[in-house]
Amino acid sequence: MNRTSPTVRSTIAGAPVDPVAAAVPASPLLEVSGVTLQYKTTDHLVTATYRVDFQVFKSDRYVLLGPSGCGKSTLLKAIGGYLEPVEGAIRLNGHEVTRPGPDRMMVFQEFDQLLPWKSVRENVLFALTTSGRAKGAEAAERTDHYINKVGLAKFAHSFPHTLSGGMKQRVAIARGMAMEPDVLLMDEPYAALDALTRRRMQDELLRLWDDTKFTVLFVTHSIEEAIRVGTRILLLSPHPGQVKAELNSIPPEQLGTAAQAELEARINDMLFVH
Amino acid sequence: MTMQSTMQSILVDRPEIVRDVSRSTVIADVEKPLSAWERLYRVPLLRKGLILLVLAVIWEVYGRWLDNPLLFPPFSAMLQAFTTDLGNGIIPARTLVSLQTLVIGYAMGILLAALLTTVAIGSQIGTDLLETMTSMLNPLPAIALLPLALIWFGLGSGSVIFVLVHSVLWAIALNTHAGFRSVSNTLRMVGRNYGLNGLGLVRHILIPAAFPSILTGLKVGWAFAWRTLIAAELVFGVSSGSGGLGWYIFENRNQLETANVFAGLFTVILIGLIVENGVFATIERRTIRRWGMQH
Repeated sequence: MNRTSPTVRSTIAGAPVDPVAAAVPASPLLEVSGVTLQYKTTDHLVTATYRVDFQVFKSDRYVLLGPSGCGKSTLLKAIGGYLEPVEGAIRLNGHEVTRPGPDRMMVFQEFDQLLPWKSVRENVLFALTTSGRAKGAEAAERTDHYINKVGLAKFAHSFPHTLSGGMKQRVAIARGMAMEPDVLLMDEPYAALDALTRRRMQDELLRLWDDTKFTVLFVTHSIEEAIRVGTRILLLSPHPGQVKAELNSIPPEQLGTAAQAELEARINDMLFVH
Repeated sequence: MTMQSTMQSILVDRPEIVRDVSRSTVIADVEKPLSAWERLYRVPLLRKGLILLVLAVIWEVYGRWLDNPLLFPPFSAMLQAFTTDLGNGIIPARTLVSLQTLVIGYAMGILLAALLTTVAIGSQIGTDLLETMTSMLNPLPAIALLPLALIWFGLGSGSVIFVLVHSVLWAIALNTHAGFRSVSNTLRMVGRNYGLNGLGLVRHILIPAAFPSILTGLKVGWAFAWRTLIAAELVFGVSSGSGGLGWYIFENRNQLETANVFAGLFTVILIGLIVENGVFATIERRTIRRWGMQH
């Protein structure tokens, strides 16, 4: 794939041709440039990330990896539009992100992200109709399609409180995917699941990706999960979060081989040594 | 070598077990119907009915033992007075007057509470306003405002409605606001992710998510409204020729018809029971129980 470097693009930006419209495949979908994020606690101003740069291209499975306190979740919230950077900019398709919107659907870690007063189907349908992503028959069709895809057709009319944690996360993923956002933002979605379910959910995510090749930005603190889920991995150092490296992950067929162990060791060294 | 031998001495050596769990060995009754008595006991209405029955029996026995119908008539005498006045239309007419005033005051209270909490959720100063107003006015007994209300609104139902609104408003506003604040941040973020904000967020996310608290507020408000109304009618008496239940109680006390006084109180209790177990219980079952927000 021809990935034009940002410096080259900025030279064409002066020309009358709109750089976004002109070079769709080459320009990044999401561009995070020099983003510093701060938030206030009761008596401190905390710098969560410091001048973070990275680019996400279409169909990337981009993983933000780092130990707790590296600001990866805060970074994802900023991309979601919930937090404004004090420095730098976040651009989606060339437009600066200023507020939350359905073009960046979040999947949270918490199981209470589904609306408890709506059934599985209503949860997905409501998201589509309220945000205006789809209406009427199209919305209903899309809802059923994605609920089917995550294997919850039998539970379409169940209320969230009757579902297991893994099933709730599946509904949240179905909801996110049904919105067909530009990028799906997943904030440690499997962290609260048991190990067996987590593994199954990771495989399922890859299978879903094989189907529709959606772009996903995935936050995790597990090196193994990052390698399994991601195509590209951004390593962040803690306090404040700074980019330490941006690595390519291994293809799925190399999972479980020496290549995985090698990459794991390499990431481990980068994150936790010195 | 030594290590292995010590391990062997601690651990009991035994063979592995692998079983074939086949269907035929499963016990016969995985599911068994409950006995008739157990099933009856699980109906809440029957359990509560039993409690009421026991209370009525205690009342009857004590009333007969006391043998002083002027002070404490037995349950049967009260029931007789109740059915007589129910039959000749006095109690229904009085109840209607009371209920009309009550519903108007209650509805206005809800409306104002909704307005106030919506303003409160929108801004910090709104929250401060609600909190200050509630802490100031909530402890103030509604009935203490009645003399003022009489000066402002005169001897009409306007005065009663004014004190009713006061008694309902703060209870509902306080509970609703507490409910809004306890809505998880995740749910708010989900709502904003759909592009909702302001009133849309309140309507589609906050109100349903805070519904358990809102319902509690509505229940407390309803009880407060009843109390205030009966008390106001007792103090204030008749308005424009037709009094309510409070007036009915007051009137019969003056005539020393104690059984009728009890019949009036009984009507208030009966309506309370119907609203609580009929209206509110149904709303609860269809909403927050069904959604798993309350068990």
